[in-house]
Amino acid sequence: MDRMLTGEEAIRSESVRILESGMGQLLQLPDVEGFREWNRAKSKEMADKRMTEAEAVRRFIKPGDYIGTELYGTVRCPMSLIHEIVRQGVSDLRVAGQGVLDLDMLLAASLIKAIDLTYIGLEVHGLSNCLRREVESGRVESVVEWSNAGIAWRFKAAAMGVPFIPVRSMLGTDTLKFSAAKVIEDPFTGIPIALLPALILDVGLIHVHRADACGNAQIDGISGFAAEMARASKRLIISTEEIVETEVIRRRPDRTIIPYYLVDAVIEAPFGSHPGEMCYRYARDEEQIRGWVQASQTPETAAEFLDKYIHGVTDHQAYLDLFGEARLEALKSGAPGREA
Amino acid sequence: MSDQPEPYNASELLICTTSRLMEDGTTAFIGTGIPMLAASLAQKMHAPNLVTIFEFGGTGAILESLPLAVGGGCTFNRAIAASGIRDIVETAQRGFVEYGFLGGAQIDPYGDLNTTVIGDHDHPKVRLPGSGGGNDVGSNCWRTIAIMPHDRRRFVEQVDFITTPGYLTGPGAREAAGLPRGTGPYRVVTTLALLGYHSESKRMQLLATQPGVSVDQVIESTGFELLIPEQVEANPAPCAEELRILREEVDADGLYI
Repeated sequence: MDRMLTGEEAIRSESVRILESGMGQLLQLPDVEGFREWNRAKSKEMADKRMTEAEAVRRFIKPGDYIGTELYGTVRCPMSLIHEIVRQGVSDLRVAGQGVLDLDMLLAASLIKAIDLTYIGLEVHGLSNCLRREVESGRVESVVEWSNAGIAWRFKAAAMGVPFIPVRSMLGTDTLKFSAAKVIEDPFTGIPIALLPALILDVGLIHVHRADACGNAQIDGISGFAAEMARASKRLIISTEEIVETEVIRRRPDRTIIPYYLVDAVIEAPFGSHPGEMCYRYARDEEQIRGWVQASQTPETAAEFLDKYIHGVTDHQAYLDLFGEARLEALKSGAPGREA
Repeated sequence: MSDQPEPYNASELLICTTSRLMEDGTTAFIGTGIPMLAASLAQKMHAPNLVTIFEFGGTGAILESLPLAVGGGCTFNRAIAASGIRDIVETAQRGFVEYGFLGGAQIDPYGDLNTTVIGDHDHPKVRLPGSGGGNDVGSNCWRTIAIMPHDRRRFVEQVDFITTPGYLTGPGAREAAGLPRGTGPYRVVTTLALLGYHSESKRMQLLATQPGVSVDQVIESTGFELLIPEQVEANPAPCAEELRILREEVDADGLYI
């Protein structure tokens, strides 16, 4: 360029170049203005939000909603809430997945219509038969690809209140091609950078170690993506191993990952992550996990499993009664680093 | 190595070969399965200060019992920090993580990995789990190491879906796509060989054969043209001490091996 651009010319010539657009469907619009208004209207009163799984699912999750679960199926996962969604048959759900047993159960019950998918599998136990059946048959209508951090960063963008976040994952791959991300030339450095749209959930479901009745919630051990997902959710349902006095929260406010004003419902659910683990409290129930791995192999045996452990019991306590105190106690003593 | 080698199975071979690639005093992003066992073995053998990094937040765990999940309690057992996924991958994105250890269903000559679908994406023959943290590791760690069984169905000219970036279409392609400069696939550990990448062409090349395996066998089991340098090393078999630790300490319940 042989002359300096005037200010106005510089601005005009500086249109951002879109280098690539993922072909995947944008399952949820990053409506940050709507999200602000929603959050403004949300009650800031420190009210008692305790209720049962049944009431929380009935009140806050509707067919067609976009939901997210955290952490994932075998680790600190809101399984008592997942079971209740299956029990009530809330259908046509859109989900963000990172999932193991959690999303597997929803897939087994054919409740999922669309997935922002990063990983759905059974970890050391291999592929998810339910994912295979639901996707290969076309019953899941839309599968959009992302990386694990991609989904967490999309929650982070929503938590920041901005419509997208620039990242260096997913570039150059089919993962990006089948996502709803875009690649632009970064206006500051000129390098290609992936823009991931903010992911605002209709409903987030998170299981925690302790919370007070208003929803101030604390998590021990790794926090996965709880902080981001909680802040990316329009409605947030917390299940907790125990309900504590607010004074317990106030004694260690540094441990609060989720403040009450994000939360719509608080469910007391001891062993709420079963058969998954809850660090420092109980180990995973490997026998039950293997039971599901076996049962999920055919639609018939999967349905029998859901009948026995979900439809056949009225609530979470009745579910726990199927296992008995001795077995649950054994899981407690199997938890490494368990606090006395 | 030992004069009378002890018998071992394919998993044990993969674990031992992978473990030897783990350097003391480095940061290593550990994926599900074999990388976890290899990291545990490495910490007990030659790399007590291997800093394990697990995607859901565990940093610097001492692997005393075997993790079954990348978010499980073992991944932050006596760790130096328990944070979350963003912190971990952002740490890799800032260039702090040297090695990334991954598995895959298919790999091509440039080290691109598929864990998403076999067949067409929208009408798949087999729907696989998806990227998980794989793409983040392959994008942001300095050196990525893949661990896989070796056969023609897995080592293919073109993967059905590039889930995790290798060198993509060849030299310069990663940088052109915007991936961090100087990153990429480094090694492939298989049941038949240890493989690397040619410094110029970025195509996969044979570095060493596993015990009892011939170069021809490796070539026959690879569905693309593999570069064969003049000098091909012979990988030593797992030694008695490695096998003992693996069987008695790392996986005493025989969950994997």
